[in-house]
Formats: sequence, C-alpha cells, structure tokens
Amino acid sequence: MQIKSKPDGPGMLVAAGLLALAGIIFWDTTQLAQRTVYGLGPEAAPRVVAAGLALLAVANFVQALRGALPSRGTADRRPLLLIVGGMAALMAVLTFGGGYILATAILFTATATAFGRRAYAADFAIGLAVGVATYLLFAKLLTLSLPMGPLERLF
Amino acid sequence: METFDALLQGLSVAALPGNLIFALIGVLLGTAVGVLPGIGPALTVALLLPVTYKLDPAGSLIMFAGIYYGGMYGGSTTAILINTPGESASMATALEGYRMARAGRGAQALATAAIGSFVAGTIATLGLTFLAPWLVELAVQMGPEDYFALMCVAFVTVSATFGDSPVRGLTSLFVGLAIGLVGIDRLTGQPRLAFGMPELLDGIDVTTLAVGLFAIGEALYVASMRGHATEQVESVRGSLWMSLDDWARSWKAWIRGAFIGFPIGALPAGGAEIPTFLSYSIEKKLSRHPEEFGHGAIEGVAGPEAANNASAAGTLVPLLTLGLPTSATAAMMLAGFQQYGLNPGPLLFAEQPQLVWGLIASLYIANLMLLVLNLPLVGLWVRLLAIPQPWLYAGILVFATMGTIVAKASVTELALLTAFGLMGYVMRRFDYPIAPVVVGLILGPMAETQLRRAMAISLGDPMVLVTSPVSASLLTIAAIALLAPFAMSGLGRFKAAED
Repeated sequence: MQIKSKPDGPGMLVAAGLLALAGIIFWDTTQLAQRTVYGLGPEAAPRVVAAGLALLAVANFVQALRGALPSRGTADRRPLLLIVGGMAALMAVLTFGGGYILATAILFTATATAFGRRAYAADFAIGLAVGVATYLLFAKLLTLSLPMGPLERLF
Repeated sequence: METFDALLQGLSVAALPGNLIFALIGVLLGTAVGVLPGIGPALTVALLLPVTYKLDPAGSLIMFAGIYYGGMYGGSTTAILINTPGESASMATALEGYRMARAGRGAQALATAAIGSFVAGTIATLGLTFLAPWLVELAVQMGPEDYFALMCVAFVTVSATFGDSPVRGLTSLFVGLAIGLVGIDRLTGQPRLAFGMPELLDGIDVTTLAVGLFAIGEALYVASMRGHATEQVESVRGSLWMSLDDWARSWKAWIRGAFIGFPIGALPAGGAEIPTFLSYSIEKKLSRHPEEFGHGAIEGVAGPEAANNASAAGTLVPLLTLGLPTSATAAMMLAGFQQYGLNPGPLLFAEQPQLVWGLIASLYIANLMLLVLNLPLVGLWVRLLAIPQPWLYAGILVFATMGTIVAKASVTELALLTAFGLMGYVMRRFDYPIAPVVVGLILGPMAETQLRRAMAISLGDPMVLVTSPVSASLLTIAAIALLAPFAMSGLGRFKAAED
C-alpha cells in the first residue's frame, strides 16, 4: 500500500466482535449431545459458519489495521441515546402495564427529539394521537391484539 | 399455449374486485414508501407481515408485489427531485435526473422514468410469464444437492461478487447465517445458540431482523449524521409533456434497459445496482448527444429506470420458481409466503396455480396502475417529501415497534429489535451491506436442510455434490464468482501501483 493510513480503532473492535461471535458459535456446538450416525450432524453447519466468521474477522482486522476502511463522518451520540432510550422506555411501559398508546407516545417524542425537535408537549400529543389512531385501526378494525393499559380501556 | 391458459386463469383471479383493491393499495403504499427517504419496499413488506397474516394469502401477496413494483417507481421520483435516491437502485437515475430537474425538465425526467418503468416492467413480466413454467420443469428434476449448490451461488453473488468490498459483503452474509442457526435443529431437535432462553427456540424471526436493520438502524444512522447534508426539493415546472425528440431518444433506452435488467435480475445475482449502472454507461456510449451526459441527458434517466424495474421483475423468477430470494425485498416476500405455510417453487405451481398465476397476472395490472397513477399524481407524491424529518422517523419507529408488538408481544422480541437496530447502525457506519444479512438468515437454514438431506440420501458420502453434473457446475460457478472479485481487485491494485 502506498498510502499509509492510521489503524482504525473502532474498525478493529468490529473485527474483534466477529471473532467473539465465531468463538461463541463454536463453543455452542460443543454443548450438543446427540450426534447423527451418518450424514451431517447439527454441529456441522455452525462449525462452518464459525470458521468463516473467524476468517472474515482476520480479513476485517487487516483492513482496519491498514486504515483501508471507507471514511465516515463524525457521529452524534446524543440522538443514539435518545432513540435507544425511547425503545427502553417503550419496553418498560409495556412490561408494567402502561399500555400500547402511552408507550408509543413516549417513543414518538423521544425520536422526534433525537431528530432535533424541542416541542415536547406538542410531540407527545401527536404521539398520543398516532397511538390512538393505530390502536383503533389495528386492534378494532383488523382485530389484532395490542397490549392493554388504562388508555386502551377507554375505547 | 398452456402458459396462455394459465395466465388467463390468473387474470381472472387478479381481476376480482378484492384483489384489484389489494393491488391498488400495494402500488399506492409502494410508491409512497419509494418516495419517502428512509423506508424502502423491503421494510414495508416486513412491517406489513404481522398485520396481514389474518388476510387472504392471494390478496396480501398481490399487495406485496404491488409494493415492490411501486417502490421502484417511487424511488425514481426522489432521485430526480431531491438527488437523494430512495434506494441504491435509483442512484444511476439521480445522476442525470436531478440535472434535468434543475434545468426545469423535471416533468420530462419523471415522465420518461414512469413510461420507461411501465415498458420495461411489462417486458420483464412477460419474460417472467414465459420463463417460469420452463424453469419449474427444470426445478422438478433437481435433487437436494443441486438446490444446495444453487443456494451457494446465490450466497456468493448476493454478498461478494457485485458489492464494493467482497470482505464486507461476506461478513454481512456470515452474520446472517449465524443468526439463522439460532433455534431448534430441525433434524435432531437440539437447541442451538438459544442459551437456555425459550423465546429463542423458534429461531430469530426474519421480520424482527429486517425491521431492526432497516427501520431502527436507518433512524439511528440518519439521526446521528444529522446536519451533514441539506436537501432541497426541486419543483416541477414548465411543460409537463415529453416532446417528440424526448420520445425518440427514450424508447430505445427503455427497451435496452429492459433487456439488461431482466436477465441480471433473474440470475441469482441480486441487486439492481449492476444493471442500472450498466445501462447508464451503455446509453452514454450509444447516445448521439454524449456531451449532454452530466448536464441532464434524458437517455440517462430512461435506460437505468427501465433496467431498475426490469430487474425487480427478474428477481421474482428465482423467487417463484425455486423459492430463492436474491434481494432483501424478495426475501421479505418469501417470508410472506411462509407466513401462510406456502413454499414457492415447482410444487406451488402444481398445487396452487390460481395463486401463483393470479400473482403473476396482477403484476401486469399493478404496472398499468402505476403508469396511470404516477404521471397525474406526481404532485401529491412530492408533497410527501414535505413531512418534517423528525415526525417521519418517529412515525417509522412507531410502526416498526407496532409490527413486533402485534406479532410477539414480549420484551425479549423488542430487545432483539433494538439490538438489530444497533447492529444496523454499526453496519451503516462501517459500510457493510444490509441485504446479505437478511438473505443469509432466510436462505441459510434452507441450505443446511438441503445439504443434510443430500448427505443422508448418499449415506454420508460428500462426493454426491460433485457427481451430480448440475451441482458440480453450480459449485464451480459459485467458486469463480467468489474468487473473481479478489482476483480483479488484485489486478486493480497492480494497475494502480504501475500508474
């Protein structure tokens, strides 16, 4: 390589993750008890996948070491935390029986904030409206079951 | 003649009022999501799978096919008017189309794209109609080892041969294959990679993976990169009609595009980028106005758009006749078939001719609907682009999570969805292609089953893979397709060093 680039740290981390995945898959095949007498057993395919992943981990590592990965801009972490936080809040609300509409409104507000909106009350109201509309459409019209909460019992 | 009878029978199914409505909903939804940045046809089908499982299979599948075709139409509108192609297949269209829009010829660019899509879509659907029965007869004679070899070809071409980087494409594929291993082994009943969690015993749901990767991954990526790019919608102004000269320059490009797109789509090669860029460079070479390329040449929109639509129809050939998905949308459509307990392939043609031929016939209708809807309604579609980005993505996430909640209302499933979203984010950040993961998850277990079946029949003799001529030649093709990009990149590096 003529162009000497800096090693790509996060890229190497991705390669390490791939190697770890290969390791987990291989370890899992050692836990299988029963083997087939002839033909391929349940351990064959995972071992091939694990071997392939290990090989690819090395190839990815070499590319990262050479700094040969495509350039990427700087990423803003705050929106990532907001969206993942919104998903976590959604799971929490559903687990504790808050119902689909409330959970949806929270996720809607968190995502809109992640994309730069600051009108929390307005967005929450829109989120509630979207939640009510989808709830009525899917739960009542298409008779699909959505998690119930205090708001859902009103309809 | 048999094909004509079958097609006529299919038309009688597709023309039922209920199915016409499904086709209409499909093309409208498809065009809308094609226009909107951030959601493509694959994601839309994935989102609709859980809410359609109670509906009539034929109607839903007709709707999914309409979404696929509509998405291809809609993508061109975005590419032409805001220079951000909705999907990679529209990248070539954006090159000339956006220039035409800036020069006040947006209407002509949209028109040649729409009419070209119709012409090419119809040619390619004809190709599908006449190729499918022939391929089905071939497929009946294929043994499990031949299917396994064919899937190997699909694995390689989808991931390694045509992407930017074979290493990153193969990495995506193997991650998909790894995800496909999760769950109870179908032959011995032993759990693999389930880590004692009962929710994982059934395996990873392909819709959860696709929705996580496409919807949540995309939202995370766009949110984190906000402020890097500004988009401006070019308005459609001036005459809405194509001049005689526009027609004269477009029609050959449409036909050529159709004949480039269909075969490449029909081969298990996947992706519409290759045929669209191939068509673009051919039109540039053949044009009598090569100087206009780069400044808004109409052939540069007509050809790639035609190739794009023809290849979408082409991918339905291996999907319907062999059950082999070669694009993310085709993979989601296969999941749609499976949700009704249907397995595309030769058996489906024999057992459910009404359904298969109804679906094929509905493609002609969908294409016609798109032509009629697209030209007059383009102003309406453009208005979709005015939805503020925060609300658009918030809405996408609401629908994404709703699909999962409806299908399996468990925290594990939502956590998986979030995890796949983060994975999709990392993959976008490091430029790993997404489609091979989805194809790997859906094809991996099928390939394993076929291989084990072949080995069981041969009493464990691996030579069965090379003694069958079909399997041997397919495996050779797979090997060449795997090694070719590495050999060529080696040549490229050699050349660069010489310069």
